[in-house]
Amino acid sequence: MYSASDLRKNLKIQIDGAPYVIVDFSFVKPGKGQALYRCKLKNMINGTQFERTYRSVDTFEPADLKEKKMQYLYEEDGKYCFMDTETYEQVYLSGDQVGDATNFLSDNLDAEILFFGEEPIGVTLPNFVDLTVTVAEPWSKGDSVTGKSKPIVVETGYSLQAPPFIEEGEKIRIDTRTGEYLTRVKE
Amino acid sequence: MMEADWRLAKKTEALHIRAAMIQAIRGFFMRKNFLEVETPIRIPGPAPEAHIDAIPSDGWYLHTSPELCMKRLLAAGYPRIFQISRCFRGAERGFRHMTEFTLLEWYESGIDYWRMMEVCEELLIAVAHSLGHKGDMTYCGRKIIMRRPWERLSLREAFRRHAPLSLEDAVERDRFDEIMVDAIEPNIGTEGPVFLYDYPVALGALARAKQTDPTVAERFELYMGGLELANAFSELTDATEQRERFERELTLRQTSGKAPYPMPEPFLAALSAMPESSGIALGVDRLAMIFAGSESIDDVVAFTTEDL
Repeated sequence: MYSASDLRKNLKIQIDGAPYVIVDFSFVKPGKGQALYRCKLKNMINGTQFERTYRSVDTFEPADLKEKKMQYLYEEDGKYCFMDTETYEQVYLSGDQVGDATNFLSDNLDAEILFFGEEPIGVTLPNFVDLTVTVAEPWSKGDSVTGKSKPIVVETGYSLQAPPFIEEGEKIRIDTRTGEYLTRVKE
Repeated sequence: MMEADWRLAKKTEALHIRAAMIQAIRGFFMRKNFLEVETPIRIPGPAPEAHIDAIPSDGWYLHTSPELCMKRLLAAGYPRIFQISRCFRGAERGFRHMTEFTLLEWYESGIDYWRMMEVCEELLIAVAHSLGHKGDMTYCGRKIIMRRPWERLSLREAFRRHAPLSLEDAVERDRFDEIMVDAIEPNIGTEGPVFLYDYPVALGALARAKQTDPTVAERFELYMGGLELANAFSELTDATEQRERFERELTLRQTSGKAPYPMPEPFLAALSAMPESSGIALGVDRLAMIFAGSESIDDVVAFTTEDL
């Protein structure tokens, strides 16, 4: 059982027998008023979305999903293919089911595929992924002021802000929960 | 060589703005002959309020604001005092909330909340000037026209304009908080700062009731760039009424299963000696968000709880 203070983006909860994922979340509290938890929820089976504001007294059932570790193989015609590396069983998810995770999927990434009954309906990524930088302005050393940032693009096409010394071809670590740059990865 | 911590390094500009802002706030109050005070952060109990949860600390609590101690100073004859302190509120975490945050509180005797609005304008314009904002500002795409006087809008009128039901009905049907965040806050102060004033008495446990309309309390909230920035009262100085208000709040806490707080007897004992005055609490982190152009409170503090 979850309480309202457990609510956050990407949490999966059960509503009227169906699994929902929180795709957008904010905590708000008008001055001297009560805590409110605004959620945008997506039905993980049919994709329909709705918004609801919960109060701190509300409680929630975790979504009744099974997880299985699988490896990402490839994307074709908007279908994302994952494989169980022990049984070689393959499953496909739509872009909508993968959601923001498309930003961080690189070949052979291990992820948790979520099953509702026998049906694969979503994916949970590891908290950190390492991706190769494909676009970055060259770094001029005179420019090394602490705290400055520049936009870069990684192999998945995802763009983000990174320190000025990051160069093309380097591998960086990204926090998939926030989408932010964490550190350079030395291979 | 170890790579610098990027999460910290990228906050450089915001942290410089924050520091300059706090210096400007101090400078303003020094010029106005306010005394800077420091009151204990760990106290026997906070002012009893239904929806503000204090964090326990070895049998006592971390303060949720320095209000009780500062009012005891007021009552003891310190007419103009301010404090910048870390405050703690349990289970408040979001892009505008942290459980540990920085509050500026100041109190002035001999004035009411209406005059306090003007002091607010003076302070924030002085701080903006010292940070190089001589004219209007923008925050997250929202225009902030700084020219005085800033808009004053009664809460009742705000409900009439923007809400599907009246202020009284919203309170009666327990819909007030949701309507505030969904219908009122997004639609007020779209051009500049706005003082939202006269809250139902039940929503201002330490504010004086308005003489000409005792159903409302002399309380205002200042919104700037869409952010709720400050909360002020004409202070309630009637100890008997204050005790009754606290008892109501404690009952509300009890019925919603929340921790009881001790009745703040030393504060109540001092209250009858407190002169007419107005006090205000302003979120320093949120003000830094405006000047740094940050959408999240995380960007204007060196460390969030999650970073530790």
